[in-house]
Formats: sequence, structure tokens, C-alpha cells
Amino acid sequence: MEAGSGVDAGVSVGILHIAVAGNPNSGKTSVFNRLSGLRHKVGNYPGVTVEKREGILVGTDAILLDLPGTYSLSARSPDEEIARDVLLGRVQGVKRPDAVLLVIDAANLERNLYLASQILEFGAPVVIACNMMDVAQRRGVGPDCAALSAELGVPVIPTVASEGEGISELRTALATLKPGEPPGRPWRLPDAFEAAIETIAEVMRQSGAVPACAVRGGALLWLSDYLSGERRSVQSAERFLSRLTDDQAATLRSAAESVAERVDDPAETVIERRYAWISQVAARALAQRSEVPEESGQAGIAPVGHRCGSEVGNRDRQGDLSRVEQGQRDRRGGIVQHKSTTDRIDEVLTHRVFGMVIFAGVMFVLFLSIFSWAQPVMDGIEAGQTALAGWVGPLLPAGPLRSLVTDGIISGVGAVVVFFPQICILFLFLSILEDSGYMARAAFLMDRLMSRVGLHGKSFIPLLSCYACAIPGILATRTIEHRRDRLTTIMVAPFMSCSARLPVYIIVIAAVFGDRTWLEAGVMFGMYALGTVTALVAALVFKKTLFAGPRPTFIMELPPYHVPQAGAIVRNTWDRSKLFLTSAGTTIFAVCVVIWAMSYFPRLSEGDLSAESRAAIARLDAGDAQGRENIIEGERLRRSYLGRLGHLMEPAIRPLGFDWRIGTGVLSSFLAREVFVSTMGITFSVGEADETSRDLRQKLVGAKWPNGRTVLTPLVGVVLMVFYVLACQCVSTLAVVRKETGSWRWPALMFAYMTVLAYVASLALYQIGSRLGWG
Amino acid sequence: MSRFLSNLAPGQSGRITHVGGVAEVRNRLLEMGLTQGTRVELVRVAPLGDPVELQVRGYRLSVRKSEASTVSIEG
Repeated sequence: MEAGSGVDAGVSVGILHIAVAGNPNSGKTSVFNRLSGLRHKVGNYPGVTVEKREGILVGTDAILLDLPGTYSLSARSPDEEIARDVLLGRVQGVKRPDAVLLVIDAANLERNLYLASQILEFGAPVVIACNMMDVAQRRGVGPDCAALSAELGVPVIPTVASEGEGISELRTALATLKPGEPPGRPWRLPDAFEAAIETIAEVMRQSGAVPACAVRGGALLWLSDYLSGERRSVQSAERFLSRLTDDQAATLRSAAESVAERVDDPAETVIERRYAWISQVAARALAQRSEVPEESGQAGIAPVGHRCGSEVGNRDRQGDLSRVEQGQRDRRGGIVQHKSTTDRIDEVLTHRVFGMVIFAGVMFVLFLSIFSWAQPVMDGIEAGQTALAGWVGPLLPAGPLRSLVTDGIISGVGAVVVFFPQICILFLFLSILEDSGYMARAAFLMDRLMSRVGLHGKSFIPLLSCYACAIPGILATRTIEHRRDRLTTIMVAPFMSCSARLPVYIIVIAAVFGDRTWLEAGVMFGMYALGTVTALVAALVFKKTLFAGPRPTFIMELPPYHVPQAGAIVRNTWDRSKLFLTSAGTTIFAVCVVIWAMSYFPRLSEGDLSAESRAAIARLDAGDAQGRENIIEGERLRRSYLGRLGHLMEPAIRPLGFDWRIGTGVLSSFLAREVFVSTMGITFSVGEADETSRDLRQKLVGAKWPNGRTVLTPLVGVVLMVFYVLACQCVSTLAVVRKETGSWRWPALMFAYMTVLAYVASLALYQIGSRLGWG
Repeated sequence: MSRFLSNLAPGQSGRITHVGGVAEVRNRLLEMGLTQGTRVELVRVAPLGDPVELQVRGYRLSVRKSEASTVSIEG
């Protein structure tokens, strides 16, 4: 240990790295923001989509690294594993922290001390911020930080991060932190356990695979994983063994097996013993409070002192519950008292009628905001894009360069930026919902519904957001902890009919069912319903096959409500939105340029026009330059690589009732589905067109096969829309899925299964429909 | 007769005697503080009948009834 500690606890060497750890809802991020000021870096840890935030401790050059919020250091979720691996210096590109700032929720001491006790065993110098002291004191459960510090052997600073209280003290404590011998684990396990830990720690020390100061904590953690009976944790323990020599691994295994033989239920034993100690610590920290608000005083303090083990810890819990009982007695006496604000809010927000109505209202506003509030800004971006292209275009010589800049680069950037308002609004909403505590209630309300298809309550809001756009929806799945649940939600998200499909529905419905309002509305509703039902069925299928596994769990904290803090919300929204621009944006941009090239080359000169086009031009009025241009552009697109691909595809799509023109539209839709409409405009030589264009509508209805049969019959219109509902024709979605899952495997699978499904469903519908004479 | 957490009516409480179920769920429940001897109250049931809200160790935790039915209680 002597030799090791100088290296491991090297606080004096170079720049200080401080990890910020804590439970979710402990106010960890507020503390981090207060300490680091305005500037910080946001990214992901290598290989996983666990958010990584770094900042500088204001007034120093020390680096603060915000770890994911976790309840423990088991290897059960990616967040927990990352937090642990960072603390052990095992994450590539992340230096092992020299010190840990641990944020605990003063109002929820016992459960927060669980993670604290695990981190203390890792041996790095620790400073504890005992946060939300104001809430704790109001509820009469504020701990005495000096007593807590004496119990834990590390500095404990009371803070109210939302108000900035205690932050300068915290800064001082971090700046004056001295490396020292870590406090040993103050509670004991059965002898067989202790002996095994001793053996394992010795092997870890010799192997150098674990920092010397962390070997004892590391040994217990490894043993807990190895004996947990959980697949993921056992795998993690096995991965560690593969880093050792065969002899060392064998020693660890036999040590673990000796525990398994002698201790009944080792996993439970560790957790129970740890909590027994925590209960005592919490009880002593609470007992030494100088002021005891009269609210909990009587119920709380009386029975303490003579009991031991977890009984002692029950004091506070009994105190809490007896206050509830007291409140009920009072209510019978006609006075309602002693109910926390959160309880009173929850009585409304989780009420079986009002709760659901309010929830529907909140979701409606969310939906409305991404659907329509973003629209003016998006229109502005599109107008700006057109204006920019119009301004830059004439500065460049006509030809490929001008087209690349205006139609490739400016459109490509536009395609990325146009999502930005929706994404900002969604993230703003999500930040408010999360920060206030309502997000957890939304999951609480919706879990029953989502569990029917094997999903989690937290999947509801992401899927709902997909009605606006799958991209923010997929980004919103980050709140789902379990990877299988998250992947399932992502994989079915694009079925939800996004706003980009709307122009396609509008033009097709208007073309084939024009002027029959009820029928139009019914078909439109049918498309939305088809997408939603398909998403839910697909989720069920994924959960039964690819993502099959133990039944998903729903164990979720319902944090007290907070008034959201504007600063934190704006910053959170900005950080996440920016990450979208820099990560997915680059891929979307690149693909836009590729599709531009496919539709531009090979460039047809006017001399190469077909006889058909020449004849069409000859029929125009002499002065109709625009009409002439439209005909030339139509022919150019038809004979571009994209158009040729459309022709090439025709045999494959003819059984669906589509001709090559629709095929070209479908292909161009990969940029964004609404591009279908403008492509159709070019293909049918009506020039710039949107979904309200009467010209385009007439051309679509008038389009004929070479044999004179109408292409877009009502049946083909419905088939085309069904294809659009089911197919994943959105490069941006695929790019975001790639970023969010960290591999091309998932977007490839998504594209393949959705395309096959869309093809098969459209094929079946057209073939059956035309046999039955619907067309 | 053994009773389970899922049998409690809103407002009722009990003391945990044992947590069963598969390791993944059981260990998480234990880590969240549902250890033997801990008092736990069922605060309310979600509007659609599942999940339930618990009060344990001074905070609120939500679990599905299927998870609550793996927790044996007394008193």
C-alpha cells in the first residue's frame, strides 16, 4: 500500500481530475453547474451513449467530470458500469479521478448513503456535498453534517445548489483536499466473506489491474458481481478475470466459491449488512441535529438508542410514516395537516380522472409545440435557405459548382438545421418535465399501457414525440435505462407517422379522393392508426424475439416535485440540441450531397433532349421560358442516376402498382419524405410544387401507363401511402439511430425489416385489392 | 399466512420479511432499500391499476405489482 499510494492518490501531480458522482435526483447536475460555471464539454463515453460532461472548477485548473447518476456501482446498467469503470480508471481516454465529489440528497439520506458507502471503499479522496438541505430541514429530516463527516471520515459540506448555498465552501474543500489513507470499510461481513475479500484484494494488488487504494473496495464489488446471480454482473466479473493470469483468476474463483458454500445468500447479505450500517449512521447524524422541528420530534427520537442493526434505521421511517398517520387522524378531526407539497400535488396529478386529463393536456401541448410552434421557425429556415441559395447562386458560374453549392450544400445544411427548432422545443419540454419531477409521474401513469406490449412507461413520451419527427423521439429514448427497452423503442419509433409524411398523404389523398372530406379525413386517420398499431405490434414482436429476456422491470424513484430552474433547463436543452447538430448532422449533410449528385449527374445538355420533350416544348407558347425549363428539368431528372435507378426499380415495384416516376419519388424521399412531393413536381414537369399544388394533383391523377391505364388509382394511392407509413425512408433517422446505438447494425436492421414489411404489405394490398376490383 | 406487498391497500404498511424473485429484480429492490425489517407503505395505485407507489426509507419508489408480489411482509 505504501508504495502504491504515492502513485495512485497523486493529487499533487499535474491537473487535478475530480469525478462528480451521486444518485439520480440528488441535484448532482446543479452542483456540477454551480462549480464549473458556464463552460463545459458534452459528449459520449467511448462506445456507449452515456452522456459525458466535463467542466473546469472555477478559479482553478482542476477538471470536473460529471458521472452518470446511479443508485449503486453494480454492473446492472451501462450508467452504473461507466461510473464504476471511471472510478477505477478503466475507461479509455478518461483519466482515473484523483478525487471524488459525491453529491447526496439530504432529504433522502439512507438510500443516498448506499452509493456513498460503495464509493468511499474505492479509496480515492472524497468530499461529500450534502445537497438540498433546505428541503430536508423543511421536512424535519436535515442531518447534522459535522456528525455525518465524523461517521464517514470525509468532509461533508451542507449545500443548497439551486440557491448557490455552500458552493464556495465546497470549492474550498475541494481545493484543500489532501490525499490520505482511505477510511476502511467500517462494517463487517461474515468471516468467510472477509477472508475471501482479503485473498482477492491481495491478488488484485499484485496484478496491478486495480489501483492499490481501491483493492479492498474492488474485491468486494467483484465478489458481489460474481455471486449476484445476474447475467450482466457475472459477465462483468468474468471480463475482469480475463485481465488476470490463469493462476490469479483461479484464486479469485475459488475464493468466491468458498463464500458461496459458506454464506447463505451472499448477494443479499452484502446489501443487508451495508444498509444496517447506513441506518445506524443516518440515525446518529439525525439524532445529533441541533434543532428538531416539532413536527417529527416526538414520533422520531423517543425509541432510538437501545436498538441496533436495521431496527435503528427504522426510526426515521417510522417517524415519517407516523406523521402520515397523525395527518390522517387530524383529517378525521376535520383538519388536514402534515402532508408534503409533493403529496398534495400527486393527489391531483396521479388522480384516476384529473391525473389522466392533465396528462392528456400536457401531452397535447407537447405534441402541439413540436408540431406547430416549430413551424414558423422551420418555414423561416426554409425561406432563409432559399434566399441564401438565390443570393449565392448568381455569384457562381452556372454548372455543377453552382448546383453543388445551392442544391447540394445549402440544401444539405438546411436539411439538418430544419430539424433544429423541433429538437430544441422537444428537449426544452423534456428538460422541464424531468427537472420538475413530472417525467417520472408520466411513466407511472402510462406504464400499464406500455407494459401490454412489453415496453416501459418511459417509452411513452419518446414514441409520442415521433408523431412530430422520429429524430427527437429517438433522442428522447435516452431516459430509458434498460438497453433492451430502449432499443425496442428506437426500432419501432419510425412507424409513428411523422410530420414529414403529412405532405405525401395530403397530395395523394387530394389526388385520388379529392373533395370528399369525410373520406379524406378517414383515410388520413387510417394512416396514423396503421403506423401506431404497427409500432406497438412490432414492439411486442421484438420483445418476444430479438430483445427477449427476463421480464423488464419497473423500479423507479418518484422524486419530490421541484420548481424547474430556468438556467439549468436552457443549458440542458442547448447541450443536447448541439450534440444533435454535431453528431447526426454531419451524416445527414453527407447523404444530402450524395443524393444531390445522383440526381444531378450525368448532366444532360439541351441538345440531347428527347424528341418527346422537344415536341412538348414546341407546343408551349413562345414566351413560356418557365414551362420550357420545367420540361428540360423533368427530362434531366428522368435520365439522371436517380431517375435511371427509378427505371431500374420498375420491375420490382410494378407489382405494387407503382411506375418508375413514383419509384424515383420514393428514392428521393430518403432525403426526407416530404421531398416526394417536390420530386413529383420535377418529374411531371410542373416546376416547384408543394402539396397544395393543383397542377401537380392533376398531373398525378392524369399519369398513365404506356398502355393507357391510369397509374394513380385510389387503390394505388392507398398502397403508396401504406408504403410510406411502413418504410423507413429517412436518412436522418438512420443516422441518428447509428449515433444513438453506437453501431451500423441497428440502422441496417431497421432499414431492412421496415422496407421488407412495407414492400410485402403494399404488395399484398395491391394484389388482393386489384383482384377484388378495388382499383 | 404470508402476505405480500402487492396485497396492501393504499395507506397500509408492513415490515419486509423477505424479497424473492429473479436476481436482477431482487438485488435492485434490495439496493433501493427494501431490505429485511424495513417498513414500507403502499401510498397509492396508478390510475390504470398498475404500478404502485411505495414509501420506503423516507422516499417514494414506484414498482409494478408483479415486482411487489415478490416482497413478503408482516404486520
